[in-house]
Amino acid sequence: MKNYITEKKGLLSWLFTKDHKRIGIMYLFSVFGAFAVGGFAALLVRLELFTPDQLILTAKQYNQSFTLHGAIMVFLFIIPSIPATLGNFILPLQLGANDVAFPKLNLASFHVYILGALVCILSIFMGGIDTGWTFYTPYSTTTDTAVVTMVVGAFILGFSSILTGVNFIATIHYLRAPGMTWFRMPLFAWSLYATSIIQILATPVLAITLVLLILERMWGIGIFDPAIGGDPVLFQHFFWFYSHPAVYIMILPAMGVISELVTTFSRKNIFGYKAIAMSSIAIAVISFLVWGHHMYTSESELAATLFSILTFLVAIPSGVKIFNWIATLYKGSISFETPFLYFLGFLFLFVIGGFTGIFLGTLSTNIHLHDTYFVVAHFHYVMFGGTLYAFLGGLHYWWPKMFGKMYSEYLAKWAFWLIFIGFNMTFFVQFIMGSKGMPRRYYNYVDEFAIYHQISTVGSWIIAIGFIVMLIYLVKSLRSGKKADKNPWGALTLEWLTDSPPQYHAFSKTPVVTSPPYDYKASSHE
Amino acid sequence: MSKRALPHYFASEAQEFNACKVGMWAFIAQEVLFFSGLFVAYAVYRFYNPEMFHYASSLLDWKLGFINTIFLIISSFTMVMGVYHTQHGNRKKTLINLGATVALATCFLVIKSFEYQAKFAHGYYPGMYFNAEGPFDTLHIFFGLYFTITGLHALHVLIGIGLIVWIMARVAKNTVNSDYFTPIEMVGLYWHLVDIVWIFLFPLLYLL
Repeated sequence: MKNYITEKKGLLSWLFTKDHKRIGIMYLFSVFGAFAVGGFAALLVRLELFTPDQLILTAKQYNQSFTLHGAIMVFLFIIPSIPATLGNFILPLQLGANDVAFPKLNLASFHVYILGALVCILSIFMGGIDTGWTFYTPYSTTTDTAVVTMVVGAFILGFSSILTGVNFIATIHYLRAPGMTWFRMPLFAWSLYATSIIQILATPVLAITLVLLILERMWGIGIFDPAIGGDPVLFQHFFWFYSHPAVYIMILPAMGVISELVTTFSRKNIFGYKAIAMSSIAIAVISFLVWGHHMYTSESELAATLFSILTFLVAIPSGVKIFNWIATLYKGSISFETPFLYFLGFLFLFVIGGFTGIFLGTLSTNIHLHDTYFVVAHFHYVMFGGTLYAFLGGLHYWWPKMFGKMYSEYLAKWAFWLIFIGFNMTFFVQFIMGSKGMPRRYYNYVDEFAIYHQISTVGSWIIAIGFIVMLIYLVKSLRSGKKADKNPWGALTLEWLTDSPPQYHAFSKTPVVTSPPYDYKASSHE
Repeated sequence: MSKRALPHYFASEAQEFNACKVGMWAFIAQEVLFFSGLFVAYAVYRFYNPEMFHYASSLLDWKLGFINTIFLIISSFTMVMGVYHTQHGNRKKTLINLGATVALATCFLVIKSFEYQAKFAHGYYPGMYFNAEGPFDTLHIFFGLYFTITGLHALHVLIGIGLIVWIMARVAKNTVNSDYFTPIEMVGLYWHLVDIVWIFLFPLLYLL
């Protein structure tokens, strides 16, 4: 029997497919590529910081490396990571639909993504860029590196993100299977809905900011550069009005994946379904009101105080989710397969990331910790420990569905522990050195910080080994993995009704939904 | 006339139409946010330099801006009539109305380019090419914003012209008709957005 992989042959049948499943897979391999490049840049940065003085990079190369790491990881990897790969593949199946609402637009978003990626890579060959991924003015309007090229790349990638958002909103509104009311929708779909809202409302603000930055740099229109009458703080406001909501574009889909993992691997209905669904929307709304907490040192005291108060509000819906996930585990019948390990990893690391976020959201402590390694560690605990862990958890969870093959649980657990230990080695010490005053983005440092930097660098090597192990067993799974059943984990959502891998028309008969998505009690009586 | 096949992932025509409509509104929301960045920039610099902005807006020709506003408002009306006649199966009247919309949009761009030339003649170039004397040394900021905002709006007009011409071709080929009018509705929504943005820009730039 043919499936979506064997349906048609040849490279062109992939590059110009309108099948959401194939587009999801192409996105998957593309973001893997971006992750490899961004990860390599990170390893270079960490290696250079092994000693207080120059080791392998010049100061300028160091600045280019950490900028490349940030820009690639943010714009090319983590923003599209879950929505464009797992979302594209799984969302329509979870809704009982045979495709997204606008398949052509979906393909266009992939082509736009590739174009944006190529422009970003071009900027590396045009001399790189050394502004940091935040492109702060006036440095970004005066440095002699390839700022315009990289910014054009980020602008193009924004289009891809917007198109995905438009597509998902229409899909979720109108392509749900008969009987699937809003509150019978899986939580992964809810989280993608919240994400899409942010993608649509925040990304265009980044787009106009980047357009203005390009015009400022090329023509000097006098908007961001103080030398010609512009206001650099206005750039910061514009930039963070997008880039703060953008971190929720990164974390919300992760929370959706986590909700799926916790209920499947504890074989129990999710605790507080509506609270989790609504807290996603609440996070999306609050995300638009807190951008000023990136700018405590460059805005008025009154503004900083208000933004600090608003920032604390984010803790409420985030806390609602954490408590509901933990309550779901209670009296569950838990099995410790790899996706569940990533759930546990997420829970530990995201809570550390979240709590240190409170340190940073508090105005008085922020002034001390501002622009130190504490911020770097916090951000990585949330993004790596949060989003990337959920992405890996989701990848291992849906891998059998996507490729119809199982992977080696044994090696997968090795990879998990290597990454977990390496991650904590790399980033926990950064909290300590940050609180002692080590500033971020510095090329050299005083000797007393050497031991922390060395632990951190060794940790980054362990992470790298973990990912190499993962690469090995995933490739092995594709070549010679055990054939996967339709539903290897015993999950209840609709995507598990399809074949593994699904046929081109995943549902020959449209499923009819008659119950909430995670009703394990009812299903065990059957 | 052969009936168009419904894409396999939709269960009904109504479902398809609704999905397209919500998608288009989502897209329009992002367009509004895109322009809102420019409106915020305008507000901030007007707040910093109120007298300069007052002086600078008197340098623009409000009569040309007014004519352009009228053109766009009429073009929105002809667009609506185009959609109406499509839904009622009158191909000839559809094409006349869409043709009028394209003509009005083109007139808008022609007048806009005359305005630009008149500004350039006085040395009011954007950014670093600015070359004019005046009572304010921040005057270049107004013109930087003016050319950016109206330029991006003109780009949207240009894209709109392209979309309407594409729709006219489809109407002529009868692939957009009273059975399937989703594309012309969507282009209509886009065109009204372009119109509305200008209705805000005209008083902000020319009159205040």
